[in-house]
Amino acid sequence: MIWETIRLALLALRRNKLRSALTMLGIVIGVAAVIAMVTVGQGSSRSVAASVESLGTNVLSIRPGGRGFGPGPGSSQPARPFTLRDADALADLAVVQQVSPTVSSTQTVVAGSENLSASVTGATSGYLDVNGWTILRGRGFNSAEDRSGASVCIIGMTIQQTLFGTSDPIGQSLRVGKVSCEVIGLLQAKGAGTFGQDQDEIVLMPIRTVQRRMLGSDNVSSISVALAPEVSSQRGAREIEALLRDRRRISGNEANDFNISDRAQIAEVLSGINSVLTGMLSSVAAVSLLVGGIGIMNIMLVSVTERTREIGIRLAVGAEASQVLTQFLVEAVVLSLVGGIIGVIFGLALAFGASLFMAIPFAPQVYVVVLAFAFSALIGVIFGFFPARKAARLDPIDALRHE
Amino acid sequence: MAGSLPKSGTPLIQLSAVSRVYGTGETEVRALDRTDLVIEKGEFVAIMGPSGSGKSTAMNIIGLLDRPTSGRYLFNGTEVQDLDRDRRALLRRHFLGFVFQGFNLLPRTSALENVELPLIYKGMPRQERIERARQALRKVGLDGREDHDPSQLSGGQQQRVAIARALVGAPMVILADEPTGNLDSHRSHEIMRLLQELNREDGITIVMVTHEDDIAAYARRLILFADGRIRSDSLQPERSPA
Repeated sequence: MIWETIRLALLALRRNKLRSALTMLGIVIGVAAVIAMVTVGQGSSRSVAASVESLGTNVLSIRPGGRGFGPGPGSSQPARPFTLRDADALADLAVVQQVSPTVSSTQTVVAGSENLSASVTGATSGYLDVNGWTILRGRGFNSAEDRSGASVCIIGMTIQQTLFGTSDPIGQSLRVGKVSCEVIGLLQAKGAGTFGQDQDEIVLMPIRTVQRRMLGSDNVSSISVALAPEVSSQRGAREIEALLRDRRRISGNEANDFNISDRAQIAEVLSGINSVLTGMLSSVAAVSLLVGGIGIMNIMLVSVTERTREIGIRLAVGAEASQVLTQFLVEAVVLSLVGGIIGVIFGLALAFGASLFMAIPFAPQVYVVVLAFAFSALIGVIFGFFPARKAARLDPIDALRHE
Repeated sequence: MAGSLPKSGTPLIQLSAVSRVYGTGETEVRALDRTDLVIEKGEFVAIMGPSGSGKSTAMNIIGLLDRPTSGRYLFNGTEVQDLDRDRRALLRRHFLGFVFQGFNLLPRTSALENVELPLIYKGMPRQERIERARQALRKVGLDGREDHDPSQLSGGQQQRVAIARALVGAPMVILADEPTGNLDSHRSHEIMRLLQELNREDGITIVMVTHEDDIAAYARRLILFADGRIRSDSLQPERSPA
C-alpha cells in the first residue's frame, strides 16, 4: 500500500509540474547554498593549510611600524624604514639562518608585444629559500648580482605564460617599468596565496636594482628571517627584537616602532577567520534551507485548499484519513528529497566552479552531502505534516461541496 | 467485518428514527427528523423534495459520509450509525459507489486512472485494476477514451466516467446525487438509461436524488421529502427505456 501511496503522490506531483518545480526551488537553493558554502569553505581551509606548510614553520616577518599589519595605530609619523644594513646585522645573529630583505613595486612588464601589470619584488638570493620557492628552469641570483643592482630578473609562471607562452624565457629580455633585464630563472608555480591572490604573477629583481632604478630610495619594506632549525620562533623574535631596538635606539620603556610576526601564526589566524566565515555563511545558507522548507509547507497548504474537492473524492471512494495523510506527506517528502538531490548536484557544481575560479582545492564532503540530503527529507516530513494533517481531517461532505 | 456479508431477507438500508441536527440551542436546525426508511436490495429509488427538505442529509447518512445525531442505521443488517470515520470509509470503499451532480473527477487525470481510484484504496494489484477499470469504461460505452482527461470529455462522457468509477468496485448500492443536474435533456436520458441498466442487469441498488420529474420517472419507487420528514413513499410504473 505504501508503494501505491508513493505512486499516487508522484502522479499528483506530475499533474502539477510547474508548482512542483517552484516548490522544489526553495529546497534546491537552500541545499545548493549549504553544500557550496561548506565545500568552498573546506577548500579554502585546505588552501590556507597548504600555504602554511609552504611557508615553512620557522620564518619571521619584520616590518617597520607598530603592531598589526600596517603602520601602528595613531602614529602620525611614517614608521622609520629598514635598510639593507639592518638586514646584514640580522644575518650576523646566531639564531638566524638566512635573511631576505625585500622591497616591492607594481610595474608594467613588457616582452615583445605582450604586457601586463605585475608586482615586482626586489629581493636577494635568500628570498627563494625563505619563501619556499624553487627554480623550475634557469638559476637564482648569485651573490654578485645581490649587491650590484644587476639587470637580471626571475619570473613566475603567470608572467611566463602571459608574456612568453610556451617558448623558453631564459636569456630573453624583459622590460620592467623603465628598466630592461635579462630573464635568468623561471619559478615553479605556487598557485593562489592565503588571500587568494595569484602568487605566480611575480617578477624578482635584485633589491638594489629596484631600490635605485625604480623607487629611488634605500629603504627596505620588510625583512623575512629564516631561523636556524633548533631555534624556537619565540627565542628568535626575542633576539631580533633586542637587536633592532638597539640599532634603532629605542629606550627601555618605549614601544617598538617595528613588528615581528610569525607567519605561521598569521596563517593560523587566517584559517580561524576562514572557518568562522564558512560557519557564518553556512548558517545563512541553512536559514535559506529553512525558508525553503516553509515554502514547501506554504505550497502544500495552498495545495490542500486547492485540492479540497480531490481529497473529498478520495475520501468518498473509501480512502482512510491515514491514506490521505500519507499521500500528502509523501508528496512533501518527495518534493524536498528531489529538491535535495538537485540541490546537492547544483551545489557541488557551484563549489567546483568557485574552486576553479578561486584556485583552491575542490573539497566535497561526504558528510555534508548526506546531512543536506537527510535534512531535506526531514524538512519534507516536518513541513509536510501540518498540511497533510489538515487534508486528512477534512470532512468528506464539505470537501465535496468545496468550489 | 461481522455481518457485512449479504444476507437474504435483510434490507440493504434501514433507517430507524434517524435525526440529524446541526447546531445547538437557538440556532439548532433539524435537517432530518426521526425518519424511518427501508430500502431493499435491487431497488431503484428516487428521492425528491425542495431544497432544505432533508433529502441531501438523508443521502449523506445513507452514503456513510455523515452520521445521524440520533436513531439507528442498519446497513445490510449491521449497525453503522456509530462507526468512526475510517470504518465508514472502509464500508464506502467496499459496498458503495457515488455519482455526483458535478461529476467530481480528478482533473488532469485520465479516465482510466479516475476509474482506478477506488480500486487503489482496495489494495488491488495494478494489472487487475487496469483490467477492471477498462471493463467498467466499456460498460458505460467509453472504450477508446481511457486516456482522455476529463477536460477532453463532454459532460455526459464525464458523468459516464463517474458512473464507471462508482461501479468498478462492484458495489451493492450506487448513490447518485442529482446525476443529471449538469446535463442537457438528451444526455440526461442517456445517463438514466445507463443507471437503469445497471439496476436491472447487474442488480445494483440505486438511490438517486433529483429535482426533475422525468428523471425520477426512471425509478420504481419515489420518495418525497419535506421538512426533514418523508411526506410520501410510493411505487410507480417504471419508465421503459426509450
